[in-house]
Amino acid sequence: MTEYLLILISAVLVNNFVLVQFLGLCPFMGVSNKVETAMGMSLATTFVLTLSSVLAYLTWAYILVPFELQYLRTISFILVIAVAVQFTEMFVKKASPLLYRVLGVFLPLITSNCAVLGVALLNVRQSDATFMSSLTYGLGAALGFSLVLILFAAMRERIAVADVPEAFRGPSIGLITAGLMSLAFMGFSGLIKL
Amino acid sequence: MSTVLIAIAALLGLAALFGAVLGYASEKFKVEGDPIVEQIDALLPQTQCGQCGHPGCRPYAESIANGEEHNLCPPGGETTVEALSELLGREVLPLDNEGAEDASVERVAYIREDECIGCTKCIQACPVDAILGAAKQMHTVIADECTGCDLCVDPCPVDCIDMIERPTTLATWTWDRPAGIGRRPEQRIDLVNL
Repeated sequence: MTEYLLILISAVLVNNFVLVQFLGLCPFMGVSNKVETAMGMSLATTFVLTLSSVLAYLTWAYILVPFELQYLRTISFILVIAVAVQFTEMFVKKASPLLYRVLGVFLPLITSNCAVLGVALLNVRQSDATFMSSLTYGLGAALGFSLVLILFAAMRERIAVADVPEAFRGPSIGLITAGLMSLAFMGFSGLIKL
Repeated sequence: MSTVLIAIAALLGLAALFGAVLGYASEKFKVEGDPIVEQIDALLPQTQCGQCGHPGCRPYAESIANGEEHNLCPPGGETTVEALSELLGREVLPLDNEGAEDASVERVAYIREDECIGCTKCIQACPVDAILGAAKQMHTVIADECTGCDLCVDPCPVDCIDMIERPTTLATWTWDRPAGIGRRPEQRIDLVNL
Protein backbone atom coordinates (compact mmCIF):
# COMPACT_ATOMS: atom_id res chain seq x y z
CA MET A 1 0.00 0.00 0.00
CA THR A 2 2.77 2.44 0.97
CA GLU A 3 4.52 1.54 -2.25
CA TYR A 4 1.55 2.61 -4.36
CA LEU A 5 1.18 5.82 -2.37
CA LEU A 6 4.84 6.58 -3.03
CA ILE A 7 4.40 5.92 -6.75
CA LEU A 8 1.37 8.20 -6.78
CA ILE A 9 3.08 11.09 -4.99
CA SER A 10 6.18 10.62 -7.07
CA ALA A 11 4.24 10.82 -10.33
CA VAL A 12 2.01 13.71 -9.24
CA LEU A 13 4.51 16.02 -7.56
CA VAL A 14 8.14 14.96 -7.60
CA ASN A 15 8.47 13.69 -11.15
CA ASN A 16 5.56 15.66 -12.54
CA PHE A 17 5.33 14.81 -16.20
CA VAL A 18 4.76 18.34 -17.44
CA LEU A 19 6.84 20.53 -15.18
CA VAL A 20 9.72 18.22 -14.29
CA GLN A 21 10.02 15.80 -17.20
CA PHE A 22 8.67 18.26 -19.80
CA LEU A 23 6.37 15.78 -21.51
CA GLY A 24 2.96 16.79 -22.84
CA LEU A 25 3.71 20.50 -23.20
CA CYS A 26 1.51 20.88 -26.28
CA PRO A 27 -1.87 20.47 -24.53
CA PHE A 28 -0.38 22.24 -21.49
CA MET A 29 0.08 25.44 -23.52
CA GLY A 30 -2.78 24.82 -25.94
CA VAL A 31 -5.79 24.11 -23.73
CA SER A 32 -4.98 26.31 -20.75
CA ASN A 33 -6.78 29.48 -21.79
CA LYS A 34 -9.98 28.70 -19.88
CA VAL A 35 -10.36 26.74 -16.67
CA GLU A 36 -13.44 24.90 -17.94
CA THR A 37 -11.72 23.65 -21.08
CA ALA A 38 -8.70 22.73 -19.01
CA MET A 39 -10.90 20.65 -16.70
CA GLY A 40 -12.47 18.85 -19.64
CA MET A 41 -9.06 18.16 -21.12
CA SER A 42 -7.79 16.96 -17.73
CA LEU A 43 -10.71 14.54 -17.40
CA ALA A 44 -10.22 13.15 -20.90
CA THR A 45 -6.46 12.84 -20.45
CA THR A 46 -6.83 11.22 -17.04
CA PHE A 47 -9.13 8.61 -18.50
CA VAL A 48 -6.96 7.94 -21.54
CA LEU A 49 -3.70 7.91 -19.59
CA THR A 50 -4.90 5.45 -16.97
CA LEU A 51 -6.57 3.23 -19.53
CA SER A 52 -3.66 3.22 -21.96
CA SER A 53 -1.12 2.69 -19.17
CA VAL A 54 -2.94 -0.44 -18.04
CA LEU A 55 -3.55 -1.69 -21.59
CA ALA A 56 0.08 -1.09 -22.50
CA TYR A 57 1.17 -3.09 -19.47
CA LEU A 58 -1.14 -5.96 -20.42
CA THR A 59 0.18 -5.92 -23.99
CA TRP A 60 3.69 -5.93 -22.63
CA ALA A 61 3.22 -8.69 -20.07
CA TYR A 62 1.02 -11.07 -22.04
CA ILE A 63 2.03 -10.54 -25.67
CA LEU A 64 5.43 -8.91 -26.03
CA VAL A 65 7.38 -10.60 -23.22
CA PRO A 66 6.19 -14.21 -23.81
CA PHE A 67 7.04 -13.98 -27.53
CA GLU A 68 10.26 -12.04 -26.83
CA LEU A 69 9.08 -9.13 -28.92
CA GLN A 70 10.19 -6.37 -26.53
CA TYR A 71 11.62 -4.37 -29.43
CA LEU A 72 8.05 -3.90 -30.75
CA ARG A 73 6.99 -1.99 -27.64
CA THR A 74 6.95 1.51 -29.15
CA ILE A 75 4.79 0.64 -32.14
CA SER A 76 2.40 -1.57 -30.19
CA PHE A 77 2.00 1.08 -27.47
CA ILE A 78 1.21 3.69 -30.11
CA LEU A 79 -1.46 1.31 -31.40
CA VAL A 80 -2.87 0.83 -27.89
CA ILE A 81 -2.95 4.58 -27.23
CA ALA A 82 -4.61 5.35 -30.56
CA VAL A 83 -7.35 2.82 -29.79
CA ALA A 84 -7.86 4.17 -26.26
CA VAL A 85 -8.17 7.73 -27.58
CA GLN A 86 -10.54 6.73 -30.34
CA PHE A 87 -12.69 4.85 -27.87
CA THR A 88 -12.74 7.83 -25.48
CA GLU A 89 -13.69 10.13 -28.34
CA MET A 90 -16.67 7.95 -29.26
CA PHE A 91 -17.71 7.75 -25.63
CA VAL A 92 -17.45 11.50 -25.00
CA LYS A 93 -19.32 12.27 -28.20
CA LYS A 94 -22.17 10.11 -27.00
CA ALA A 95 -22.11 11.04 -23.32
CA SER A 96 -21.43 14.79 -23.46
CA PRO A 97 -21.74 16.53 -26.84
CA LEU A 98 -20.88 19.82 -25.18
CA LEU A 99 -17.59 18.55 -23.81
CA TYR A 100 -16.94 17.05 -27.24
CA ARG A 101 -17.35 20.47 -28.85
CA VAL A 102 -15.27 22.22 -26.20
CA LEU A 103 -12.38 19.77 -26.48
CA GLY A 104 -12.61 19.83 -30.26
CA VAL A 105 -9.34 19.03 -31.92
CA PHE A 106 -7.51 18.44 -28.64
CA LEU A 107 -9.26 15.17 -27.98
CA PRO A 108 -7.71 13.35 -30.96
CA LEU A 109 -4.50 15.20 -30.14
CA ILE A 110 -4.18 13.19 -26.90
CA THR A 111 -2.89 10.48 -29.24
CA SER A 112 0.18 12.56 -29.90
CA ASN A 113 0.49 13.67 -26.27
CA CYS A 114 3.99 12.44 -25.51
CA ALA A 115 3.14 12.07 -21.82
CA VAL A 116 0.82 9.17 -22.70
CA LEU A 117 3.47 7.25 -24.62
CA GLY A 118 6.05 8.34 -22.05
CA VAL A 119 4.11 6.79 -19.19
CA ALA A 120 3.63 3.52 -21.06
CA LEU A 121 7.31 3.26 -21.97
CA LEU A 122 8.67 4.34 -18.59
CA ASN A 123 6.32 1.88 -16.95
CA VAL A 124 7.70 -1.25 -18.61
CA ARG A 125 11.25 -0.03 -18.23
CA GLN A 126 11.05 -0.87 -14.54
CA SER A 127 11.82 -4.57 -14.22
CA ASP A 128 9.33 -5.18 -11.41
CA ALA A 129 6.33 -3.51 -13.04
CA THR A 130 3.02 -5.09 -12.02
CA PHE A 131 -0.56 -4.47 -13.05
CA MET A 132 -1.26 -2.38 -9.95
CA SER A 133 1.96 -0.38 -10.18
CA SER A 134 1.32 0.55 -13.82
CA LEU A 135 -2.26 1.50 -12.96
CA THR A 136 -1.05 3.72 -10.11
CA TYR A 137 1.72 5.20 -12.22
CA GLY A 138 -0.68 6.03 -15.07
CA LEU A 139 -3.21 7.51 -12.65
CA GLY A 140 -0.52 9.50 -10.85
CA ALA A 141 0.87 10.89 -14.09
CA ALA A 142 -2.64 11.84 -15.18
CA LEU A 143 -3.45 13.50 -11.86
CA GLY A 144 -0.18 15.42 -12.00
CA PHE A 145 -0.99 16.55 -15.54
CA SER A 146 -4.51 17.61 -14.49
CA LEU A 147 -3.20 19.44 -11.43
CA VAL A 148 -0.70 21.60 -13.27
CA LEU A 149 -3.01 22.12 -16.27
CA ILE A 150 -5.84 23.44 -14.09
CA LEU A 151 -3.51 25.55 -11.93
CA PHE A 152 -1.90 26.97 -15.04
CA ALA A 153 -5.28 27.69 -16.67
CA ALA A 154 -6.45 29.50 -13.54
CA MET A 155 -3.33 31.66 -13.63
CA ARG A 156 -3.67 32.38 -17.33
CA GLU A 157 -7.26 33.51 -16.84
CA ARG A 158 -6.02 36.14 -14.43
CA ILE A 159 -3.02 37.03 -16.58
CA ALA A 160 -5.40 37.61 -19.50
CA VAL A 161 -6.92 40.60 -17.68
CA ALA A 162 -3.68 41.78 -16.07
CA ASP A 163 -1.66 44.70 -17.36
CA VAL A 164 1.19 42.80 -18.99
CA PRO A 165 3.91 44.78 -20.84
CA GLU A 166 3.29 44.81 -24.60
CA ALA A 167 6.29 42.65 -25.49
CA PHE A 168 5.26 39.84 -23.11
CA ARG A 169 1.58 39.52 -24.05
CA GLY A 170 0.14 36.18 -25.13
CA PRO A 171 2.25 33.02 -25.27
CA SER A 172 5.41 34.74 -23.98
CA ILE A 173 3.99 35.44 -20.54
CA GLY A 174 2.46 31.95 -20.64
CA LEU A 175 5.85 30.33 -21.16
CA ILE A 176 7.45 32.51 -18.47
CA THR A 177 4.68 31.49 -16.06
CA ALA A 178 5.20 27.83 -16.95
CA GLY A 179 8.92 28.24 -16.26
CA LEU A 180 8.23 29.75 -12.84
CA MET A 181 5.79 26.94 -12.05
CA SER A 182 8.40 24.40 -13.09
CA LEU A 183 10.88 26.11 -10.78
CA ALA A 184 8.38 25.88 -7.95
CA PHE A 185 7.84 22.17 -8.60
CA MET A 186 11.60 21.61 -8.33
CA GLY A 187 11.02 22.22 -4.63
CA PHE A 188 9.38 18.80 -4.37
CA SER A 189 12.47 16.99 -5.63
CA GLY A 190 13.76 16.06 -2.18
CA LEU A 191 10.41 14.60 -1.07
CA ILE A 192 10.85 11.01 -2.33
CA LYS A 193 13.72 9.15 -3.90
CA LEU A 194 12.51 6.42 -6.24
CA MET B 1 12.66 -16.29 -39.98
CA SER B 2 10.13 -17.55 -37.43
CA THR B 3 10.79 -14.55 -35.14
CA VAL B 4 9.78 -12.19 -37.94
CA LEU B 5 6.63 -14.22 -38.56
CA ILE B 6 5.77 -14.22 -34.86
CA ALA B 7 6.31 -10.47 -34.71
CA ILE B 8 4.08 -9.86 -37.71
CA ALA B 9 1.43 -12.24 -36.38
CA ALA B 10 1.47 -10.53 -32.97
CA LEU B 11 1.03 -7.09 -34.47
CA LEU B 12 -1.69 -8.31 -36.82
CA GLY B 13 -3.45 -9.99 -33.92
CA LEU B 14 -3.32 -6.82 -31.85
CA ALA B 15 -4.57 -4.72 -34.76
CA ALA B 16 -7.43 -7.14 -35.47
CA LEU B 17 -8.44 -7.22 -31.79
CA PHE B 18 -8.44 -3.42 -31.48
CA GLY B 19 -10.25 -3.09 -34.78
CA ALA B 20 -13.00 -5.35 -33.49
CA VAL B 21 -13.27 -3.36 -30.23
CA LEU B 22 -13.53 -0.06 -32.09
CA GLY B 23 -16.03 -1.45 -34.55
CA TYR B 24 -18.22 -2.63 -31.70
CA ALA B 25 -17.87 0.71 -29.88
CA SER B 26 -18.80 2.72 -32.97
CA GLU B 27 -22.03 0.74 -33.22
CA LYS B 28 -22.71 0.91 -29.50
CA PHE B 29 -22.04 4.65 -29.10
CA LYS B 30 -23.58 5.74 -32.38
CA VAL B 31 -24.90 9.31 -32.20
CA GLU B 32 -28.08 10.06 -34.09
CA GLY B 33 -28.27 13.60 -35.34
CA ASP B 34 -26.38 16.30 -33.55
CA PRO B 35 -27.51 16.39 -29.91
CA ILE B 36 -26.18 19.92 -29.40
CA VAL B 37 -28.85 21.14 -31.85
CA GLU B 38 -31.55 19.69 -29.59
CA GLN B 39 -30.10 21.48 -26.58
CA ILE B 40 -29.88 24.82 -28.41
CA ASP B 41 -33.39 24.37 -29.78
CA ALA B 42 -34.71 23.78 -26.27
CA LEU B 43 -33.33 27.17 -25.15
CA LEU B 44 -34.82 29.14 -28.04
CA PRO B 45 -38.29 30.62 -27.36
CA GLN B 46 -40.03 28.62 -30.15
CA THR B 47 -41.88 31.66 -31.43
CA GLN B 48 -40.83 30.69 -34.99
CA CYS B 49 -40.79 34.41 -35.76
CA GLY B 50 -37.97 34.41 -38.28
CA GLN B 51 -36.31 37.60 -37.07
CA CYS B 52 -32.96 35.85 -36.92
CA GLY B 53 -33.11 35.35 -40.69
CA HIS B 54 -33.96 31.65 -40.49
CA PRO B 55 -37.33 30.07 -41.23
CA GLY B 56 -37.84 28.98 -37.61
CA CYS B 57 -36.17 28.18 -34.33
CA ARG B 58 -34.81 24.77 -35.27
CA PRO B 59 -33.01 25.94 -38.43
CA TYR B 60 -31.52 28.73 -36.34
CA ALA B 61 -30.40 26.17 -33.73
CA GLU B 62 -28.65 24.19 -36.47
CA SER B 63 -27.04 27.35 -37.76
CA ILE B 64 -25.79 28.28 -34.27
CA ALA B 65 -24.33 24.80 -33.93
CA ASN B 66 -22.46 25.46 -37.17
CA GLY B 67 -20.92 28.60 -35.77
CA GLU B 68 -23.37 31.44 -36.39
CA GLU B 69 -23.70 34.19 -33.78
CA HIS B 70 -26.12 33.31 -30.97
CA ASN B 71 -27.41 36.85 -30.35
CA LEU B 72 -29.92 37.17 -33.19
CA CYS B 73 -33.08 36.22 -31.30
CA PRO B 74 -35.06 39.31 -30.16
CA PRO B 75 -38.03 37.41 -28.62
CA GLY B 76 -35.62 35.44 -26.43
CA GLY B 77 -33.91 38.62 -25.30
CA GLU B 78 -30.79 38.87 -23.17
CA THR B 79 -31.72 35.83 -21.09
CA THR B 80 -31.62 33.53 -24.12
CA VAL B 81 -28.28 34.98 -25.21
CA GLU B 82 -26.89 34.33 -21.73
CA ALA B 83 -28.27 30.79 -21.59
CA LEU B 84 -26.84 30.02 -25.03
CA SER B 85 -23.46 31.46 -24.07
CA GLU B 86 -23.50 29.24 -21.00
CA LEU B 87 -24.36 26.15 -23.06
CA LEU B 88 -21.88 26.80 -25.84
CA GLY B 89 -19.04 28.24 -23.79
CA ARG B 90 -19.00 31.36 -25.97
CA GLU B 91 -18.75 35.03 -25.01
CA VAL B 92 -21.96 36.78 -23.96
CA LEU B 93 -22.77 39.14 -26.84
CA PRO B 94 -25.15 42.10 -26.76
CA LEU B 95 -28.47 41.26 -28.35
CA ASP B 96 -28.55 42.15 -32.04
CA ASN B 97 -31.91 43.42 -33.26
CA GLU B 98 -31.26 45.96 -35.98
CA GLY B 99 -34.90 46.91 -36.48
CA ALA B 100 -35.69 48.27 -33.04
CA GLU B 101 -34.47 51.77 -32.24
CA ASP B 102 -33.39 51.04 -28.71
CA ALA B 103 -32.84 47.45 -27.59
CA SER B 104 -33.14 48.35 -23.91
CA VAL B 105 -36.78 49.46 -24.27
CA GLU B 106 -39.26 46.60 -24.22
CA ARG B 107 -41.97 46.99 -26.82
CA VAL B 108 -45.45 45.65 -27.07
CA ALA B 109 -48.01 45.68 -29.89
CA TYR B 110 -51.05 47.89 -29.46
CA ILE B 111 -54.16 47.71 -31.70
CA ARG B 112 -56.09 50.97 -32.17
CA GLU B 113 -59.36 49.25 -31.59
CA ASP B 114 -61.74 51.68 -33.26
CA GLU B 115 -59.82 51.29 -36.55
CA CYS B 116 -59.66 47.48 -36.48
CA ILE B 117 -61.83 45.85 -39.17
CA GLY B 118 -61.61 42.33 -37.74
CA CYS B 119 -59.72 40.69 -40.61
CA THR B 120 -57.87 38.14 -38.33
CA LYS B 121 -54.65 38.55 -40.37
CA CYS B 122 -52.65 39.66 -37.34
CA ILE B 123 -53.97 36.68 -35.36
CA GLN B 124 -52.54 34.31 -37.95
CA ALA B 125 -49.21 36.15 -37.94
CA CYS B 126 -48.78 36.13 -34.17
CA PRO B 127 -46.29 33.40 -33.18
CA VAL B 128 -47.28 33.39 -29.50
CA ASP B 129 -51.10 33.66 -29.79
CA ALA B 130 -51.11 36.97 -28.01
CA ILE B 131 -53.89 38.50 -30.13
CA LEU B 132 -57.47 37.87 -29.20
CA GLY B 133 -60.44 38.29 -31.56
CA ALA B 134 -62.63 36.73 -34.22
CA ALA B 135 -63.68 37.50 -37.81
CA LYS B 136 -65.53 40.84 -38.12
CA GLN B 137 -64.92 41.40 -34.40
CA MET B 138 -62.46 43.85 -32.94
CA HIS B 139 -59.08 42.35 -31.96
CA THR B 140 -56.88 43.19 -29.06
CA VAL B 141 -53.40 42.31 -27.79
CA ILE B 142 -52.81 40.48 -24.54
CA ALA B 143 -49.92 42.67 -23.41
CA ASP B 144 -48.51 40.08 -21.00
CA GLU B 145 -48.14 37.51 -23.78
CA CYS B 146 -46.76 39.84 -26.46
CA THR B 147 -43.01 39.41 -27.13
CA GLY B 148 -42.74 42.60 -29.20
CA CYS B 149 -41.70 40.70 -32.33
CA ASP B 150 -43.30 43.11 -34.88
CA LEU B 151 -44.72 40.30 -37.02
CA CYS B 152 -48.33 41.49 -36.74
CA VAL B 153 -47.57 45.02 -37.97
CA ASP B 154 -47.02 44.23 -41.66
CA PRO B 155 -50.07 42.02 -42.34
CA CYS B 156 -52.54 44.61 -41.00
CA PRO B 157 -54.44 46.06 -44.02
CA VAL B 158 -55.50 49.23 -42.19
CA ASP B 159 -52.25 49.84 -40.30
CA CYS B 160 -53.95 50.03 -36.94
CA ILE B 161 -51.17 48.26 -35.00
CA ASP B 162 -48.50 50.32 -33.25
CA MET B 163 -45.44 49.11 -31.43
CA ILE B 164 -45.44 51.08 -28.19
CA GLU B 165 -43.12 51.03 -25.22
CA ARG B 166 -44.34 48.65 -22.57
CA PRO B 167 -46.14 50.93 -20.11
CA THR B 168 -44.45 51.28 -16.75
CA THR B 169 -46.41 49.93 -13.83
CA LEU B 170 -45.75 50.09 -10.11
CA ALA B 171 -44.19 46.65 -10.33
CA THR B 172 -41.75 47.45 -13.14
CA TRP B 173 -40.75 51.05 -12.37
CA THR B 174 -37.10 51.70 -11.42
CA TRP B 175 -34.93 54.76 -10.94
CA ASP B 176 -33.17 56.10 -14.01
CA ARG B 177 -29.55 55.14 -14.19
CA PRO B 178 -27.17 58.06 -13.58
CA ALA B 179 -25.91 59.77 -16.73
CA GLY B 180 -22.28 58.66 -16.93
CA ILE B 181 -19.91 58.65 -19.86
CA GLY B 182 -21.68 57.57 -23.01
CA ARG B 183 -25.18 58.28 -21.72
CA ARG B 184 -25.41 61.73 -23.26
CA PRO B 185 -24.60 62.23 -26.97
CA GLU B 186 -21.83 64.79 -26.38
CA GLN B 187 -20.08 62.33 -24.06
CA ARG B 188 -20.07 59.35 -26.39
CA ILE B 189 -16.58 57.98 -26.73
CA ASP B 190 -16.39 58.31 -30.52
CA LEU B 191 -17.64 61.90 -30.37
CA VAL B 192 -15.26 62.98 -27.64
CA ASN B 193 -12.47 61.51 -29.79
CA LEU B 194 -10.14 60.29 -27.08
